[in-house]
Amino acid sequence: MAIRTEPFILNMGPQHPSTHGVFRMRVTLDGEVVLDVEPVVGYLHRGIEKLAEGRTYTQNIPFTDRLDYLASMTNNLAYVLAVEKLAGIEVPERAEHLRIIMAEMMRIASHLMAVGFFLNDLGAMMTPVLYMWREREKLLDLFEMVCGQRLTYNYMRVGGVSHDIPEEFLPALRRFVAEMPGLIDEYDQFLAQNEIVLARSKGVGVLPEDLAINIAASGPVLRASGVQWDIRRGDPYSIYDRFDFDIPVGSAGDCYDRYWVRVQEMRQSVRILEQAIPQLPQGEVCAKVPQLLRPPVGEVYGRIEAPKGELGFYLVSDNSIAPYRFRIRPPTLINLTALRDMVIGWKVADLIITFGSIDVCLGEIDR
Amino acid sequence: MTLLEQFQLWLGSIWPEWAAYITPAIIGVVVVLGFVLTTVIIFIYLERRLLGRFQIRTGPNRLGPEGIFQPIATALKVLLKEDIVPAKADKAVHWLAPVIVFAPILLIFAVVPFGKGAIFTDLNVGIVYVVAISSLSAVGIYMAGWASSNKYALIAALRAVAQMVSYELPVILSILGVVLMVGSLSMNQIVESQSIPFILLQPLGFVIFFLGTVAEMNRCPFDLLEADSEIVAGYHTEYSGMKFALFYLGEYGHAVAYSAIIATLFLGGWQGPLLPPIIWFLIKIVAVFCFIVWMRATLPRLRVDQLMAFAWKCLLPLAVINLFIIAAEVLWLPESMPWIMVVLNFAFAGVLILLWSKLFTLGGGRVEV
Repeated sequence: MAIRTEPFILNMGPQHPSTHGVFRMRVTLDGEVVLDVEPVVGYLHRGIEKLAEGRTYTQNIPFTDRLDYLASMTNNLAYVLAVEKLAGIEVPERAEHLRIIMAEMMRIASHLMAVGFFLNDLGAMMTPVLYMWREREKLLDLFEMVCGQRLTYNYMRVGGVSHDIPEEFLPALRRFVAEMPGLIDEYDQFLAQNEIVLARSKGVGVLPEDLAINIAASGPVLRASGVQWDIRRGDPYSIYDRFDFDIPVGSAGDCYDRYWVRVQEMRQSVRILEQAIPQLPQGEVCAKVPQLLRPPVGEVYGRIEAPKGELGFYLVSDNSIAPYRFRIRPPTLINLTALRDMVIGWKVADLIITFGSIDVCLGEIDR
Repeated sequence: MTLLEQFQLWLGSIWPEWAAYITPAIIGVVVVLGFVLTTVIIFIYLERRLLGRFQIRTGPNRLGPEGIFQPIATALKVLLKEDIVPAKADKAVHWLAPVIVFAPILLIFAVVPFGKGAIFTDLNVGIVYVVAISSLSAVGIYMAGWASSNKYALIAALRAVAQMVSYELPVILSILGVVLMVGSLSMNQIVESQSIPFILLQPLGFVIFFLGTVAEMNRCPFDLLEADSEIVAGYHTEYSGMKFALFYLGEYGHAVAYSAIIATLFLGGWQGPLLPPIIWFLIKIVAVFCFIVWMRATLPRLRVDQLMAFAWKCLLPLAVINLFIIAAEVLWLPESMPWIMVVLNFAFAGVLILLWSKLFTLGGGRVEV
């Protein structure tokens, strides 16, 4: 009797320990080898884009918190920058600096989670994650000081930020900035000096440079493939042009490089924080903006370099108090389109770490 | 003569023969069972607390002083859970699998010497018996994976067979090194001939045996059978209630059993100065177990092809070379100077491990599909 074999279809998710939320992958397997992957999204769809059309510009800010909930500050920032561009509002100096400080703290927090969970996906049993959480906890405490929230901050406002910082904030931030470089070195060792991590992630899930550009990848995923593109430099917003920082670029485009880039970016964020703290001027934290903002008729696309890539807001105004169209360009959904090309022919375990290395956040993908 | 046999002789002089035969056996079984179950409970507590320390948190500390009653609460919780069997499961096999995983662990302890003469039965082929019995649990894991009719469990079952069979070979070959030196297969003899612990005389054999057994008990970094980030809970995805508890006990029971065997084969068993033998034996078991927990807390997991490559390309050739070296040394080196052997073998181990780490890479890459 001849033994017949056939590929085997496995539904990974929506409830699965390492899909980072409610994400489903319809995986076709030949034994352990991945033949095909079909991502299925939409389990967390809340209709934010439609809901936003019925609310005022200020009321929409809390919605942006709920996109990429691991980086709420930068979501706020992207949205208010787009609205300011639309309405032509000038932001006070102090608010610009506070925004940069918050955005870079948020980048560190988001990358800490990404690196920690990458090691968790590799099977390191929560230990690295808990170390990363220890640092993220300090950042969350800082955020709590300025806006009272630990996850969904709702801190940025059109024209500035909602509150000035309390006086205990800056000393605590200085302490954090002083100790963080040493801790990043420690975490770098988790990645760079562990034989198993290197064997598992080097050369795995390669995203070639041309493909990365063609799918419009952005953020660490794009830079790991060797493209030096960072919106903070390429299309500077806020006051990033006044700061001195490097753009780390990978070479191979594999899972290891994507994480190496994230670790290096944390160092650069600390550098920006070091420069921003002494420069912080006194003054207003929010410009005078009417309660019911009515931007002139027109459309605008505002984008920033969020921790996970290019986060853009496309707003259309019909001169009413609510946006006529509110469209979000989520970085991770677009980066996720490369998943199939990266994992075909690799094993199930590689699929997990490659998916993890895109650093998705389902709140943003499903909106 | 073991303590149980002496007890049986003494009973025989006052009781009828059949009673004198059965009573010591029952006492022995109860003692071994009690030992295994209490140690498992203690190990569960120990692992949780240790993992807490490794992961900069406290670990369970609410229930009783320092949380010592937490494992009991966990056990009660697991026992009270509903027992769910999937509709399409093979009921009989699904029921039998946890038993087949758990039973061999108790059987292993039949030949583990706890002290001089304190052994359930001193089989003259003790170590062969251990190898034979311990490979039975692979069958149980395969049954669990197959009978659950769950795809994750099936992947785990197939991984289990490949992994268990591959790692059996280097483990047995490294045991042969010990057997060559002792000249006997009896566990008691193995302990008694270790005036110098075999970890010093055969460092390479110890490393191979240790890694092989860690793989056999599915511990990190070889825990592919229950790789939670890949295949949810592996072969016990579809188990709950008492059956799951048996797998859980089995996992820790395996850890206790293999720690005991590592202690017996390489760390000198119950031998040691000052303290009573049983204490020395427990200290050694706990030390081995703590090392395994340390590995679990720090190391990521290997991929399935890297796991196989590690067994066949690294451990197996090293085990063969180790066996040849030990054989040559037993044949030609004078027995009166064991320290020469210690120095020689540490040198060999260092050179070989360095060589292998330079020459061999783990696993393949992308498969063309």
